Amino acid sequence: MKADESLDCIGLYCPMPIVKTAEKIKQLKAGQVLEVMADDKGIIKDMSAWCRATGNEFLGTEQKDGEIKVYVKKSHE
Amino acid sequence: MAEKEKLTMVMFSGDLDRALAGFMIATTAASMGMEVTIFFTFWGLNIIKKNEGSLKSQGWMRKMLNVMNRGGSRRLKLSKLDMLGLGTGMIKKMMKEMNMPSLDELIIMSNQMGVKLIACTTTCGMMGLSEDSFRSEVESLAGAAYFLGEATQSKVTLFI
Repeated sequence: MKADESLDCIGLYCPMPIVKTAEKIKQLKAGQVLEVMADDKGIIKDMSAWCRATGNEFLGTEQKDGEIKVYVKKSHE
Repeated sequence: MAEKEKLTMVMFSGDLDRALAGFMIATTAASMGMEVTIFFTFWGLNIIKKNEGSLKSQGWMRKMLNVMNRGGSRRLKLSKLDMLGLGTGMIKKMMKEMNMPSLDELIIMSNQMGVKLIACTTTCGMMGLSEDSFRSEVESLAGAAYFLGEATQSKVTLFI
């Protein structure tokens, strides 16, 4: 999946990936996609819940060799 | 988005593990766009006492209480397996190795994210703590009515 921005959260545990995502998404424009890389499995459920709460769009996940990529589309400014 | 959803917590405990859980939930909630208030009472006040210097209080009983119960985010102990500080030290070391933020860092982070930290006036009075006993992130002192006012407007309330 193509992304406009990327955020490296490898080696970080809850709540840091979510805290960093909330910070990073501010730099994106509406409609842009953020890719978050992580290795803590919690991010899959956490990020979809974060998207529901903040009104952003959860586009899905890709997993390879224990590395997880989740994609979030910024829905509004 | 519509009006912000709220989370209001009571931190009654001054245990390190409970404080960590509380601040992890608080920072996550703030990241989710929620308005967060934490109300500290009884032993929970130890979490937000300043780490440096001495605490000034009136009367020998309160002075003694604040020596025996000094508090401060860096002095808190685990609720289990503290083992005279050995267990607490090991948990802190493991957390550091895992790149997890310390309680101190979580408090600073939560403050930057707009989490409101409130100290309970009644327990402050009882324990002889004034506003300058607390770290700078603490917004103000307030009573139970303030907590209930916030709590009734909150979708999530927690007592830790």
